[in-house]
Amino acid sequence: MDAKGRIHSVESFGALDGPGIRFVVFFQGCPLRCLYCHNPDTWDSADGTEYTVNELVEKIKKYGSFLAKGGVTLSGGEPLLQYEFVYALLKELKRQGIHTAIDTSGAVPLAKCGPAVQTADMIILDIKAISEELCRRVTGADNRHALRLLDFCEEIGKPVWIRHVLVPDLTMDYRELEQMADYLKGYRCISRIELLPFHKMGEYKWEAMNSPYTLTLTREPTEEEIERAKKIFADRGLTIK
Amino acid sequence: MAFEQGSWNRFVDVRDFIMRNFTPYDGDESFLMPPSSKTVQLWDKVKDVINEERVRGGVYDIDTDVISTITSHNAGYIDQELEAIVGLQTDEALKRSVMPFGGIRLVRNALKAYGRKLSPEIEKVFKYRKTHNDGVFDAYTEEMRKARSSGIITGLPDAYGRGRIIGDYRRVPLYGVDFLLAAKEQSIKSLTYESMDDEAIRQREELSEQRRSLIALKEMGASYGFDISRPAEDTKEAIQWLYFAYLAAIKEQNGAAMSLGRTSTFLDIYAENDLREGRYTESEIQEMVDHFIMKLRLVRFLRTPSYDELFSGDPTWVTEALGGIASDGRHMVTKMSYRFLHTLTNLGAAPEPNMTVLWSFRLPENFKKYCAQLSVETSSIQYESDELMRKKFGDDYAIACCVSAMRIGKQMQYFGARANLAKALLYAINGGRDEISGEQIAPELLGVRGSVLDYDDVMKKFEYVCDWLSKLYINTLNVIHYMHDKYCYESIQMALHDDEVLRTQACGIAGLSVVADSLSAIKYAKVTPIRDEREIVVDYKIEGDYPKFGNNDPRADDIAVDVVKMFMQKVARQRTYRSAKPTMSILTITSNVIYGKYTGSTPDGRHHGEPFAPGANPMHGRDTHGCIASMMSVARLPYDYCEDGISYTFSIVPDALGRNEEDKLTNLLGLMDGYFNEGGHHINVNVLNKEILLHAMDHPELYPQLTIRVSGYAVNFIKLTREQQLDVINRTFHSKF
Repeated sequence: MDAKGRIHSVESFGALDGPGIRFVVFFQGCPLRCLYCHNPDTWDSADGTEYTVNELVEKIKKYGSFLAKGGVTLSGGEPLLQYEFVYALLKELKRQGIHTAIDTSGAVPLAKCGPAVQTADMIILDIKAISEELCRRVTGADNRHALRLLDFCEEIGKPVWIRHVLVPDLTMDYRELEQMADYLKGYRCISRIELLPFHKMGEYKWEAMNSPYTLTLTREPTEEEIERAKKIFADRGLTIK
Repeated sequence: MAFEQGSWNRFVDVRDFIMRNFTPYDGDESFLMPPSSKTVQLWDKVKDVINEERVRGGVYDIDTDVISTITSHNAGYIDQELEAIVGLQTDEALKRSVMPFGGIRLVRNALKAYGRKLSPEIEKVFKYRKTHNDGVFDAYTEEMRKARSSGIITGLPDAYGRGRIIGDYRRVPLYGVDFLLAAKEQSIKSLTYESMDDEAIRQREELSEQRRSLIALKEMGASYGFDISRPAEDTKEAIQWLYFAYLAAIKEQNGAAMSLGRTSTFLDIYAENDLREGRYTESEIQEMVDHFIMKLRLVRFLRTPSYDELFSGDPTWVTEALGGIASDGRHMVTKMSYRFLHTLTNLGAAPEPNMTVLWSFRLPENFKKYCAQLSVETSSIQYESDELMRKKFGDDYAIACCVSAMRIGKQMQYFGARANLAKALLYAINGGRDEISGEQIAPELLGVRGSVLDYDDVMKKFEYVCDWLSKLYINTLNVIHYMHDKYCYESIQMALHDDEVLRTQACGIAGLSVVADSLSAIKYAKVTPIRDEREIVVDYKIEGDYPKFGNNDPRADDIAVDVVKMFMQKVARQRTYRSAKPTMSILTITSNVIYGKYTGSTPDGRHHGEPFAPGANPMHGRDTHGCIASMMSVARLPYDYCEDGISYTFSIVPDALGRNEEDKLTNLLGLMDGYFNEGGHHINVNVLNKEILLHAMDHPELYPQLTIRVSGYAVNFIKLTREQQLDVINRTFHSKF
């Protein structure tokens, strides 16, 4: 197991990234450039610290007492960009009996990331937008890999949580949300929808990187707007948390 | 009443009664009842007096004419028509009494602070009568006085009641006073001695005092119209008898901590019986519990402003231990455990009684969830590891004060406050001179030389200072407890103990994380001392980074572990008064602020006057690897060397716990199971937003019941001094988005 992964950082207490308490591994590198990204410091694939599978597993095991009802979430960045390393890491975590989740935007072709997806216990998927045009505007790419990934999860019965960030005037368009909910409602593999209100806590990172942040004037959604968005999904029988 | 018989019928053995008769409850909280209309009315009255107390500057009224004893005051009521459980410390709710036997000076100072004066009659008594405080200062050596005033040993119970003794108040309802009295009389008759030495004479005198206090207890019960000479016959009597026993203790002693013990599962046996026989309904039983808890929220002692600086928020530590696991493997959660906790809902959050859940991974899931939910809602509960304590104290122990476990009725402690280890480290650096006054306090030793601090050199000197400190510390405690036994004996509490008890000499340390980080800085970074014109090191220049306690980094955490072991081993070597067993705690309560105030700059970069972290907590803001890493570091501290407890205060903003209510509970439970599984001893859980605390500082009237947990106890946030409020707010709040 000499394969090495490029890791941005790790967090011992993640309560917001999958079921239970999660040890979160933030991978370095991302193919997307989402306008509202709050971790732009994970974009550059050349940054980060190199870890072997063993090094990471040893670090994770130290926190075993806390992860009994939770597990490990691979996040980023886009973890699946390093699909070979992720596959090796997941196999080892599975061998140790640790629950695993991949937090992904599905932007990597299934032909490459399939084995990793199959090995994880669950997938947390953010498809960003349902219409191709909006998806390109938000991320710089389309969502066909993500939708293919979702189909694959449906085929193999892999549990999926869908995550979507509500950005006013961008990804909170109600007609878009209705379209998305209509698209998702038929999938039996989806057990939870998480709607995350947009926040600007990552803005300082953009400044630090000298990247122009285009959402400075964008506001955070109101309680009523969040409720309305939730209702769109709930009305179609999707479980909102 | 049809209780299963056993050895408890032949001699005093409350545990046997509990084990044979209690009913573990695995269900959820759905059986609990809301407050009765009488409870609502009574609580409104109580809230009014509590509010009036705040308006009057923290003290409602003081009886300056009568020395408080078990029978000093006539029966007092809030509203007799409404009260299911009766009894007050004086004749009026919240009216404080004077208890001068610990120290008359302290009483005078306290009265002066509130613009009152002691009656001439009482003044006259103490012209001729000596107190504990007088005795101590007759015997203190010059070295002891110096160590005390320099602040290397502080909070010593040499002017006030030592507390931390838990009478087995359950004995009164189970047996009635007459049975207990007869047993004590038998002891007085049958105890014979080879020679009448100090110990023998003291024991005979103490047993006689215990006997008298039981007679007084009976009298007090009678003044309220109850005959407590016989055993209690139903739930209402059991709670009433038990409360009278506790009330006698708090009328006799103004102890630093006056814990209740472990009463809920005991009381549940009566409640189950009454429910079965149809004597009372669930609603009626909850009413009795609500009224009992209300009484415990009214416990007040007269204390000085300087005492409040140390132990802020008017705490009384009416600590009640709930749950735990029996040695036969059954969990000890009963419906009564729920009813006690339910008062936090029926009456709202409150710091007292100090609800303490004895945690085990084997507690029923329903109960764990219920506790976590209340923690999220009220921040009023502390948790302690039953797995760790049961091994040492069996399954009938309770918690004195915050974290001190003891077998109920079989064990007591001589409370020893704490030694300031951060100051000890500075003495090591400064050749035994105080870093602030410059005075020689410890024996003269060679201070550090040269420009950069050397780890091995500093450690050697630190050990030397700790040798001196541990000896002086124990000797000082010996003087204090000799005099407390002599002048301020806890006769009713000890009457509710076995004749022979195990005594511990409970030492404590403050500033552990400051010391660990300082030593780590010296070891892993470059620390240059800065001297003033007196050649005293008053500041440090730190170059480079160093590992800090609280990040699950063994380099720093092992230093903390080594310091704990080192000091405990030194303390354990000393000879103690009445052969008490030395133990140690890592607990500061709110005194971490005042310790910091009187401690110069330290090599970790902390400035002169800045607060220490509370208890065993990592220093504010230095635990940067998330709350689990912080918990792992604290859990690494060895309980075997800190049998008197290791206190950890944990604060988290609600949103960091999870996306919804259900996730929050699951994750909080996961944190606690993880922390205790790693060997953690104690945890205070606060689930709060900083903004609320900031708002409460400016608008105290809007937050009369805002409760937060600080090292080992809970307080009304608005009763803290401004300094302490800021300390709480500056402390690490774990948050992550």
